[in-house]
Amino acid sequence: MGYRIYEYTIVPAPLKIATTPAPTTTTGVVYRMFREVALFESLFKSNKWIWIFGYMFHLGLLLVLVRHLRYFLDPRFVPGIIWYGLELIQPIGKYAGFAMLAGLAGLWARRVLVNRVRYISSPSDHLMLALLIAIGVFGMLMQYVNPTDITSLKNFFMSLAYFNLFNWQPLPNNLFLLGHLTMVLALMIIFPYSKLLHAPGVFFSPSRNQVDNPREVRHIVPWAKALEDGSSKK
Amino acid sequence: MSDLDKSELDEALDGAGIELPDPLEMPEMKPGSMGELHSFEAYPQHETDLGFPGERPDEWKDVVIDKIGDLRTRYRSFRVYLDSCVKCGACTDKCHYYLGSGDPKNMPVARQDLMRSVYRRYFTLPGKYMPWLVGARDLTEDVLDEWYNYYHQCSQCRRCSVYCPYGIDTAEISMAAREIMDSIGKGQKYCNEIIAKVHSIGNNLGMPAKAIIATMEDFEDELEEDTGIAIKLPVDKKGADILLVTPSADFFAEPHIDGLFGYAKVFQELGVDWTLSTTASEAGNFGMFIGSYENMRRVSLRIREAALELGVKRIVFGECGHAWRIAYAFLNTLAGPWDFLDPRYPVPQHICEFTNDAIEKGKLKFDKTQNDHMTLTFHDSCNVARATRMGDKPGGQFEIPRAVIKAVCNNYVDMDEDTIGEATVCCGGGGGILTDDLMDIRVKGAQPRMRALRKVTEEHGVTNMAAICAICKSQFAKVLPKYDFEMETIQSVHQLVSNAIVMSDAPKEDDAISKSKKEE
Repeated sequence: MGYRIYEYTIVPAPLKIATTPAPTTTTGVVYRMFREVALFESLFKSNKWIWIFGYMFHLGLLLVLVRHLRYFLDPRFVPGIIWYGLELIQPIGKYAGFAMLAGLAGLWARRVLVNRVRYISSPSDHLMLALLIAIGVFGMLMQYVNPTDITSLKNFFMSLAYFNLFNWQPLPNNLFLLGHLTMVLALMIIFPYSKLLHAPGVFFSPSRNQVDNPREVRHIVPWAKALEDGSSKK
Repeated sequence: MSDLDKSELDEALDGAGIELPDPLEMPEMKPGSMGELHSFEAYPQHETDLGFPGERPDEWKDVVIDKIGDLRTRYRSFRVYLDSCVKCGACTDKCHYYLGSGDPKNMPVARQDLMRSVYRRYFTLPGKYMPWLVGARDLTEDVLDEWYNYYHQCSQCRRCSVYCPYGIDTAEISMAAREIMDSIGKGQKYCNEIIAKVHSIGNNLGMPAKAIIATMEDFEDELEEDTGIAIKLPVDKKGADILLVTPSADFFAEPHIDGLFGYAKVFQELGVDWTLSTTASEAGNFGMFIGSYENMRRVSLRIREAALELGVKRIVFGECGHAWRIAYAFLNTLAGPWDFLDPRYPVPQHICEFTNDAIEKGKLKFDKTQNDHMTLTFHDSCNVARATRMGDKPGGQFEIPRAVIKAVCNNYVDMDEDTIGEATVCCGGGGGILTDDLMDIRVKGAQPRMRALRKVTEEHGVTNMAAICAICKSQFAKVLPKYDFEMETIQSVHQLVSNAIVMSDAPKEDDAISKSKKEE
């Protein structure tokens, strides 16, 4: 993933192509990007259904992930206030989990039922939704049906975190847990080879991240400058 | 001047509330309905003139794949957009060509997928080993044909980029696709022939310098007859302050010429020392449509050449849509820096910015009643709306032309807000589509705008629509009659200005008064 982000960073954007109306200052761009990422502004303009389902899923996912941080952080090294926040968010995890699954279910339903969305979908689009739903369902099953020994689980992750690779603490022998972790691993592996690249991608989208000031400041990238310097006409 | 007589219509409807079709109505999906529409391909000459191969190389598949790889290293848009699409479908109902035709490959995401599927096959892990999983496919002759057909059914209007959560811009993919096709000699005759004309003669129409000069002289005669004032249309005047770069259509077509007359009157009234140039006799730049940085740059360097040669201090662009995009957003990059021009003014300015400035400072007088026979609406041209700015604030490109219209007309109504501003629906003729061999998609693509116009003509008595783009004006002149509107419904904004402007040098009954005005 780091490599992908690096690749996006070094590819130049030779022309100013912000979708106008666009902000004319860097602060404005930061604000625009924030509105896109935090509120899904363009999607809201576009289609309220996708916005509702998509937002529920992403917000749910965010809250669920934050709740999960307690498994990976050592309370001795985390500032007290942050740990307190983590404790507060624990009960929210349940509702976030439901919201996330509802959002995903809505998105999948659209993908199957709306013919123009079905038209543009490939097997990987359906499978991605299936994977995410399965991860969420297994997680919820652990919450409600077959809880796992989370103390041992914490020991396991802490032993990994401290690179105790040959002496890691045992994982609880819980089917849902193993399934959940395996699927999460699979998700992490396919992340950089899939459309999930939209996550870093949005920050590199020239139509959103460029400042609209082409008349005021001359924007020219190295390969274009080389073209200019190398040509006879100037 | 619409053929619509409101009282006749009331009679016909007999008070019944007839439902006018929704401009953005979701069409019935008709796969393949536009699949055979293939505009004329470029002749070898049209390719070599632009620096492309005249014949298809035998190893064309390798050339294409290499070119995709090359563009991925030079254009962040191309790279990021091909990866970031999540197939959410938000864009699917936003393209006017899809709305008008129902062909699913005209949905922005599907149009991008024509390219994305090939990119995935040769450049991504799943595409290489499990193409069936990710919708990847091999590059074949059929795929190439499909690219040609559908990438010339995209006017690069960027409407899709407004609604995509990541701002994916199908126009960027369309431009890249055309550049890729040109690299194996499969360009479009219409675009390439026009670009070649600019390189050799100086403008899209192929109007040589002598013809331009003669035409301007004829126009000067006409203007003097109409107004009683010797209004000049200077050409190649060294030492002038302002260089006007305007679409060559302004020299030749209606209602474009009336716009040119409007600029001339404004300049005359303000006592501006201005000139046209036979070197830079074209505001338009089709190099952008074919995604060719080199050709786009070569065309725009003419403007630099003319500005230096004539020693002007300012550059003003006339009413042209894609030209304004290149002028506003690219000119500094392509042909700058412009440090030899007057730094007090943006380089370049739009004629609407210019006229609006003068209006705001109270330097122009108008008799609005001269436009009272019309109720106007305004068509936001796509490139202007979604790729430029006018004035200091974002959105000035919507405000300023409307301000000019309202300064010269009493009756103004906007169309549906979902069809104007950043959501404006393209006229259907931009991006290299304004050719007779693509008339089918031109008519279908215009449907949303025509329906929006029909709504305001019926519900608000609108009689005319103004625009500031030479392509829009030409497209509408052709397509309006197919939707039961008169050709003359389309007006230039500066035509309205020309109608209403009160020239202070106009001959008056009382000579003493006009003399003292001159001395003011």
